[in-house]
Amino acid sequence: MSEARSENSASNVAVFDTHPSDAIDAESPLHWSRQRGVIDAAAGEGQVTVVERPFLGHLILRGGAIVLDEAVRETLGVSLPGQPLGLNHDADGSRSVQWLSPDEWLVIVPAGEEFELENRLRAQLGDAHFAIVNASGGQTLLELSGEHAREVLMKSVTYDVHSHGLPVGKGVGTVFAKTSVNLRRPREDRFELVVRRSFADYCVRWLLDAGREYGLSVE
Amino acid sequence: MFYIFCPYCDERREEEEFHPSGQAHITRPADPENCSDEEWGDYLFFRDNPRGIHHELWVHRLGCRKFFNITRDTTTYEILETYPMGERPTVTAERAGVRQEQGVQTADGGWQTVGARPENSKLNEETPS
Ligand SMILES: [Zn+2]
Repeated sequence: MSEARSENSASNVAVFDTHPSDAIDAESPLHWSRQRGVIDAAAGEGQVTVVERPFLGHLILRGGAIVLDEAVRETLGVSLPGQPLGLNHDADGSRSVQWLSPDEWLVIVPAGEEFELENRLRAQLGDAHFAIVNASGGQTLLELSGEHAREVLMKSVTYDVHSHGLPVGKGVGTVFAKTSVNLRRPREDRFELVVRRSFADYCVRWLLDAGREYGLSVE
Repeated sequence: MFYIFCPYCDERREEEEFHPSGQAHITRPADPENCSDEEWGDYLFFRDNPRGIHHELWVHRLGCRKFFNITRDTTTYEILETYPMGERPTVTAERAGVRQEQGVQTADGGWQTVGARPENSKLNEETPS
């Protein structure tokens, strides 16, 4: 058994596509709030906008930076952020790789791409010492943009969200409204909040309250 | 409120992101099956409680979620250094010239040691600093 493992470790890892068939409706973490009208009722003038990006593919990569960098370049065409708190995107900005800790990175890709990517990464990495976990079902992404997006965040996180504290291409784990958030800045005019699925509803309600004075709306 | 430098994130963060995990540099007995009850008990239950320099373990639980060490002065709350796992402190009680005593101060101003085995028999005596 151990011989078989060392010959072809990839084949001994149980992987499965977590996406159900199209026949089954997937519900976003904000489904309950939408159904109850909490979100619809809050349409403001739009000086701050929250856009939900549910069902994206989230993969956690763990291992050595050098071996993972090579595999991620090969499969995704993006280099692994070498510096702490780095956030790299591909050319069209829809796929990202983020530093989470010295041996841990978060890859976010468009919905449905994660299973194929995971398999390609596993094939590429072969017998290297690594781990890949599909975290797509456990977390979700909220985009925050608009003139007063920074002011809304200033009321919600302990981190300095000014451009000198959180410039484009940086992502940090920090405290958001007494819970945790992975706060990223992919562009000058946009913040991304990666939150736990079970806290997404709470986070959006917090944002609705914090953004009320700026006419925050949720799409 | 502490403002703590995480050696892995390479920047200062608010204390709210961290959690203390007690005394640092505690070594598990190499051979638990054959160590004495006293050794095992010391390892499991007894911790230093110095007045002054203390090396402690913290975790950046809402950031990178890594454990690291802090050297802190328990009398002033000043954080003297933070350093990653596997490294030794550069600021120690001996080197900083800070008097390190084991135990807690009692109501009459003397010292009462805690733990199964005081490391120093002179712990209850005030030493000139
Ligand atoms: Zn950290």
